[in-house]
Amino acid sequence: MDLQALIFSFFNLEVIRDYWPDIVRGMAVTIELGVLVSLTGIVVGLLLAIVRALQIKALSFFIVCFADILRAVPPLVVIMILFFAFPYIQVSMSAFVATWLSLSLVLAAFAEEICWAGIVSVPKGQAEAARSTGLSWWQSMCFVVVPQALRLTVAPLTNRVIAITKSTALGSVVGLSEVLNNSQSAMSMSGNATPLMMGAVGCLIIFIPVVLLGRWTETRFRWKQ
Amino acid sequence: MQEILQNFFNLEIYYQVAPYLLRGLWMTLFLSAIVIPVGLATGLVIGVLSVTLKARWARILLATYIDVFRALPPLYLLIFVYFGTPFLGLDLPKLLAVVIGFMLNNSSYYGEIFRAGLESVPKGQMEAARSTGLTAFQTLRWVQIPQATRNVMPDLISNTLEVVKMTTLASAVAMPELLRVARDAQSLVYNPSPIVLAALIYLALLWPVVRLLSRLEHRKLGGGS
Repeated sequence: MDLQALIFSFFNLEVIRDYWPDIVRGMAVTIELGVLVSLTGIVVGLLLAIVRALQIKALSFFIVCFADILRAVPPLVVIMILFFAFPYIQVSMSAFVATWLSLSLVLAAFAEEICWAGIVSVPKGQAEAARSTGLSWWQSMCFVVVPQALRLTVAPLTNRVIAITKSTALGSVVGLSEVLNNSQSAMSMSGNATPLMMGAVGCLIIFIPVVLLGRWTETRFRWKQ
Repeated sequence: MQEILQNFFNLEIYYQVAPYLLRGLWMTLFLSAIVIPVGLATGLVIGVLSVTLKARWARILLATYIDVFRALPPLYLLIFVYFGTPFLGLDLPKLLAVVIGFMLNNSSYYGEIFRAGLESVPKGQMEAARSTGLTAFQTLRWVQIPQATRNVMPDLISNTLEVVKMTTLASAVAMPELLRVARDAQSLVYNPSPIVLAALIYLALLWPVVRLLSRLEHRKLGGGS
């Protein structure tokens, strides 16, 4: 294996010139999907945690079941079920929707659990004091309990969001044209491994800032014992 | 309702494909039994290095390794190792490619956990151990690592759960693990019940771990307030 051959297979300028638009398009899909999944997952997860705080037995039971199931079943299995199994009961969706929905549900399950742990950790006196000043249950929840709970959840939630946004690569398994899928098909079309390298660089451009953000939140919002 | 039962929970098909899925489950367990120890061992090395290395260049190198492999999606690493290495003239067996791909990802994650654990052990522990005559290595082995491991046990368990779920990615390179055989069975019987059964198996396997983690997490947050 000499250097010339290595450069030809992995850093081929001609291949880069031909296929960079594909990779960039894939990156756009990855980013779009990542942002959508993060927003949906966090919002749904937080709402579920708040509903659970209402302490209506039947509702809490369903929320716990939902969170447990989606934390135990691998995300790729969820995607497969939505994409390959649901059409059998006349519910078809595109690869984008299937990936978005699956990952959002998985993130929502984790976010619910993290937010719930945060809500529980806020001392009861806070909610009681808020209620006794005349705030309604919802007001005390939204303006007193949740803001304090969120501070504690920032670090674990960020880590989870990072893990889930990276899972957007799973969409390639059901044919979503995100960065991994595009670089894989560019690889087979060009018969050259350079697109894989380009895809790796694309991933790094997207996710290195996210990883660094995670590091920062971990030190900034460290849980103080 | 009939349709859902027929397509998702078809007992006849469950019975028919159970032997295949069982073989897939063995492969999943076998894969986990290799990937988890490899990840733990390499992660421990990286964790120890991150707290012992003093030279600036070495620290930068290590941080780059960790962040790069945390930023690349695991599926990406797997595809890269599996489809990229032949271009280097290497023909890795499938199992080895999967193990290397996962190792690159897991060593960074476990490494960060062990680092956090080692940093949480008070300095006095190390100084006391050294002053009793233990060598630096003995101190690490018998004093620091055991305490560090105990301090980050929930994170270690949580990451290990993610690793088991991650083995589904091996289906993308045709490794006959549980998800893969379920997909193959689905196309044989033309009914998606096998995937649902696979999901149920994952749920049965991992649900106890999820429960355990929920309890550990609440204790951590609850104990601090």
